[in-house]
Parts: sequence; C-alpha cells; structure tokens
Amino acid sequence: MSRTARVRLFLCAAAVIAVAYTLACTGLPHFGAAVHPYGARAVGATLKQRTANTISSINFDQRAFDTLGEESILLGSVLGVSALLRRTGSEREARPRPVRVLPSTSLFGVLLLPVALLTGVYIVAHGQLSPGGGFQGGVILATALHLAYVAADYRVLRRIRPRELLDTLDAVAAGAFTCLGVAGLVAGAAYLQNVLPLGTFNTLSSGGLVPVINAAVGIEVGSGVIVLLAYFLDQTIGTESGDGGTEPNRPTDRDEDSPCPT
Amino acid sequence: MHGSATLVDVLIGLCLLLVATTATAAVFTRDPARQAVVLGMLGLGLALLFTVLQAPDVALSQLGVGTAVTPLLILLTVRRVRRGGDRATPPGPDAGTDDAGAPR
Repeated sequence: MSRTARVRLFLCAAAVIAVAYTLACTGLPHFGAAVHPYGARAVGATLKQRTANTISSINFDQRAFDTLGEESILLGSVLGVSALLRRTGSEREARPRPVRVLPSTSLFGVLLLPVALLTGVYIVAHGQLSPGGGFQGGVILATALHLAYVAADYRVLRRIRPRELLDTLDAVAAGAFTCLGVAGLVAGAAYLQNVLPLGTFNTLSSGGLVPVINAAVGIEVGSGVIVLLAYFLDQTIGTESGDGGTEPNRPTDRDEDSPCPT
Repeated sequence: MHGSATLVDVLIGLCLLLVATTATAAVFTRDPARQAVVLGMLGLGLALLFTVLQAPDVALSQLGVGTAVTPLLILLTVRRVRRGGDRATPPGPDAGTDDAGAPR
C-alpha cells in the first residue's frame, strides 16, 4: 500500500473514531463527579458480599468471569512464549560466566530482595482488603525475584528460580481458577458465583470466594511472569547459536558505533 | 468542580501533561532500546496519574507491568535480535538518534 493511501485510510478511520467517541462521551457522567451510577451499585454489592476492597470484589466476584478470561490470556501468552522461544536444534545451552558486581549493588539486592518478596506476598494476601491483589502482588513477586539478577548474576537467578516447577504451578493455578468456578455449580448456583461463607467484614478471611480466587491469581501471575522472563533471559543470556562465534554473555557493542547500513 | 481549580485539579493537570509529553517522546524515539527507557518513564507517569485519580489498584498494576516488565522484555528482545542478526540482515531501520521530541 502506498504512503498516501495509508494516510488516507488513517484519516478516514480517525474521523470515524473521533465522531463516534465524541458521541459516546456526551452520555457519560462528568469527569470527577461525586455521584457515579456504576460506582454506587458496585460499592453496594461489595458491602453486601462483605469485601472491603471494591475493586477486588468486582474482579473476583461481581465480574469474575471477565477475570477468568484475562487470566487465560496471560496463560496463553506464557504458552506461546514457551513454544516460540524453546531451544531449537541449532542452539545449545551456554554457561553464563560469573559477573563482577559493585558491592553496593549486591548489598542493595541482599537487603531489598526479602523486602520486595514480602511486599508481594502482603499485596496478594490483602487483595480483598486494600488496594492490590493477585495480579499486582504476583507481578511484584516476579520482579522482586529478578533483583537477584541485578545484584548478582544470571547463575544465581537460575539457582533460585525453579522454572519447571513454576511452569507447572502456573498451569495448576490457572486451572484452579476454572475449577473454583465449578464450586458454584456444585452448590446449585451459577458458575463462579460466590457461595462460600462470607466471614466478618474487613478480616483476611472475609469475602468468601474472593480471597481464594485472589490467591490462585497471585500464584498464576507470579509464576507466569517469572516463566515469561525466564524464556526471554534464556534466549538472551543462556543460549548460544550452534554455529559458534558469538559470545553468550556479552552484548555486541553495536548500539552507537555501527555505521548505518541504509 | 465549579470555577476555582483545587490542588487535586492542578495535580491531575500536571500528571496529564507529563503523560502526554512522555508518550509523545516515546513515539518519536526511534531506537528501541531507548524507547524502552522512555516507555518506563511513561509507565511511571501513568502510575502517578492513576494514583492522583484515586485508582491505586490500577496504579500498582501499571507500576509493575508498564515500568518494570514491559521495558525489560523489550530490552531483552533488542539484545537478542542484535546479537542474532550479526550474520544475517542488519536489524532495524536505523539505530540512529533522531529522537525529535525527546526532552533532553
């Protein structure tokens, strides 16, 4: 497609979207207004289900089926990455060499790794009470583990990261979310309906099914992101192409000084 | 919300401005490695905006995914592609520095 045709196509699409978006926005409640019809209904339902964090109640109770779809997207992308970035026949495993790290950097890592892991666990565990939840806490857990790579080197990260186990854990946790929904069907209600005892408001065990699904999502997201990054890191650092030549542990310095080929 | 702007309004405006600036800079940065860094800054700006708009849940997700994981994935991919592309076709159109809108 020529450049002018592309620009014309873009302008047409942009005009349609601009008109439709403007029309859609005229019917919305005002930005930052005190009263919001959806908000009022959601908070009401949340209080009825004795969940302190409305967002978690929406994610894991009122609209849990949506969240199931989102978690499946993450599982799907982990599956896709593991299929695409697997080690092929022409590649072999490289032995990453130990890397010298500044003492201040490793001190930073040693001090902050446990704190970051604890923060992740806290945010997952309190998902039904305070801002955060399985997804946010899971991402924090996963990135916290990679402080080991920043503060030491890839060999240390590989030692503290059991990839095969996390691979399984990811799938099991994603499956657990699906199976927890069946609990509603067994109890004679709808799929993913909150049928567990609701407990006391604003305690760790309140909210019925919400903390359980939240924990499953936390495990799934945490292990999923670690596995995702593991495949990328393995391709970048832990693999060398079979026809030799390139060094595994050093990027070729063509960032700035390579002459532009075009 | 009648007439006089409160402090929150000013903060929201500043955050929106920050997001618009960094987003534009991210679009105009041509080198993917640099773009990843600018993208991280955009993620930080968005997290700030969400916090000011009283959406801490979204801000936390944005902080984790937009500021840490996505730039890391981009940087790892760029490094792998550059290393693997040594023999074959040269990577990317231009590893140059025509980041026209970048604020530095």
